[in-house]
Amino acid sequence: MVDMAKADHIKDNPESSTTDMLDRLRRSSEFVVMPVLALIVSGLLFSLFLLALGKSPYDFYALVWKGGFGSSFSLQNSLVRAAPLIFTALCVAIPARLGLVIIGGEGALVLGGFAAGAIAIPMIPWAPTAILLPVMALASLLGGALWIGFVGVLRHYRGVNETISSLLLFYIAVSILNFFVEGALRDPSDPNKPSTMPIGKDNMIGNIPGTDVHWGLIVGIVLCILLYLLMNRTTFGFAARITGGNLRAAQAQGLPVGKLMVISCAIAGACAGFAGFFEVAAIHGKANASLIAGYGFTGILVSFLARHNPLVIVPVAILLGGIAASGGLIQRRMDLPDATVLVLQGLMFIVLLVSETFYGRLPFFRSKGGKT
Amino acid sequence: MSDEAGLFTVLMAMFAGAIRVSTPFLFVSLGETLTEKSGRINLGLEGTLVFGAMSGYATSYHTGSPWLGVMVAGLCGACFGALHGYLCKLPKVNDIAIGIAMMLFGTGLAFFFGKSYIQPQAPRLPSISLGAWSDNPALRQALEINPLFILGFILAVVLWWGLKNTRWGLIVRTTGDSAPAALALGINVNQVRLLATMAGGFFAGIGGSFLSLYYPGSWTEGLSSGQGLMAVALVIFARWNPLACFAAALLFGAAGALGPALQSIGISRGYHFFNAAPYILTLLIMIASSSPKRSLKGAPGELSITK
Repeated sequence: MVDMAKADHIKDNPESSTTDMLDRLRRSSEFVVMPVLALIVSGLLFSLFLLALGKSPYDFYALVWKGGFGSSFSLQNSLVRAAPLIFTALCVAIPARLGLVIIGGEGALVLGGFAAGAIAIPMIPWAPTAILLPVMALASLLGGALWIGFVGVLRHYRGVNETISSLLLFYIAVSILNFFVEGALRDPSDPNKPSTMPIGKDNMIGNIPGTDVHWGLIVGIVLCILLYLLMNRTTFGFAARITGGNLRAAQAQGLPVGKLMVISCAIAGACAGFAGFFEVAAIHGKANASLIAGYGFTGILVSFLARHNPLVIVPVAILLGGIAASGGLIQRRMDLPDATVLVLQGLMFIVLLVSETFYGRLPFFRSKGGKT
Repeated sequence: MSDEAGLFTVLMAMFAGAIRVSTPFLFVSLGETLTEKSGRINLGLEGTLVFGAMSGYATSYHTGSPWLGVMVAGLCGACFGALHGYLCKLPKVNDIAIGIAMMLFGTGLAFFFGKSYIQPQAPRLPSISLGAWSDNPALRQALEINPLFILGFILAVVLWWGLKNTRWGLIVRTTGDSAPAALALGINVNQVRLLATMAGGFFAGIGGSFLSLYYPGSWTEGLSSGQGLMAVALVIFARWNPLACFAAALLFGAAGALGPALQSIGISRGYHFFNAAPYILTLLIMIASSSPKRSLKGAPGELSITK
């Protein structure tokens, strides 16, 4: 009845329907405008930082553009870096819907990559690519899922804080990797860097035709869409979001909160583990300490910037992948240390979190009609 | 080497390690205890620790005075604490998320400014020899104690006594247990938390300077590797009691010394696993000491991490 009345009202007054829509559009634009504003403000603050050091902010951003997006070569380089960021950001975004803050995605990436590299060792001599790669992928998914799933188990059944436990597990994952790669599973034919046996050029995942970007990017984008549908269009996602909104209410309604937490964490870990698989099977060709490249930590920022929305993660990951890709160029041309990018990322993160305080307080985004 | 001598060497090395390695844990956990007692959690102390290590080392290198380095590290830590405390005061800003951001920001800044200090040698903190009475060289070496360790112990006692018995302690505890009650008493909740976070950052910065100026005694990027975060976990284990923090820090120091100790008697197999011992120990302790149902004894009521 109410809807009918509303529909009549709109029919009678076509002008009000357009203003109504504009009004709604303006209010929802807050979720796009605010993060963008936060990025701009952090960019300005970083410019001040550079000026204080006697460096030119203009040069800096020109180099970021040149090194990250300006040419087809640099754009492809950025996309290669964006792929693992998409996976590790998903590792933050999915549990975040349940109100869990997981920051140990790097650990699941390392462990997933290690699992893929380790399971390949006995298979390399005989297995064709069509068997080897799926088994490696499965191992990495399983490794990551168990790793972060364990965080979810601890959280639900023992009340262990997931933020701290996931970071501790990152250090433990690094120890496991080093223990095996420098010990039992080390490839003796490689004298330089301790690594597992290379899977061989023929077995590696190729690039998307016509580019230098491996297939991980496409898989990441597809995964983002699938997880978006899971979190927004299924009962599982609905229950997860209720749990994130109000744990007690979810429990009172009889939702299986523990199961939701563990499954979400396992999905998240599988995503990050998959990033490790692609690093091994498409970039390095073997598992070694190069897996610890900080993608997991940048992924936290990506997810927060995307407001934990899987679809938004893709463009944000490309942006941050580009900034990271330009790091080398900035280091050479401006004589700045490689940690410059870390400072910029940290600044972005802080400004973004502070921008939360302005939601609903800026008059522009408020409803004109007095409705909320 | 007989088994008995080997065991003695390992135990002695762990005892020495407990004294040597525990100081950063002690300072960070005491700082975090104070911050958490006021009802706020600062996960960013890992970043503060790393930045303290860098700034302390740089100051000592330029001025030649390691103690000035300790002071500067503490002040830098207080600045980070002030930033954290100020930002968390804003409505809708989550203290855990800000902590993660500060962790990344502090580490990034430390690496940024610390690049040029990786090579040069800065003057280190002196130590006090308490083992002159003993003939055993290992014991003598173990009792080469850094003044900061003693300061940390005194600080633990003062904090324990102060939180219990002074007006300031009461104010901090009230703020942490119930903000409305504190408000009703006319306490400025945000200011108390800001000051508590600043003091926490100050201690964490000093803990960082110990890393770079005494043990391991030089500035590298992998210097802390999560010690700041372990210290936060340690606070929960110590149930927000400064004296328990002291004991827990010794335990963590001993666990951290296990890997090098075993290596010194020739057991190098599994070296990486023994290096992971502190992390595994932290995790086990968290599993054993947390509970999904009842709230933890001694936990400040306003703390978001235990709710």
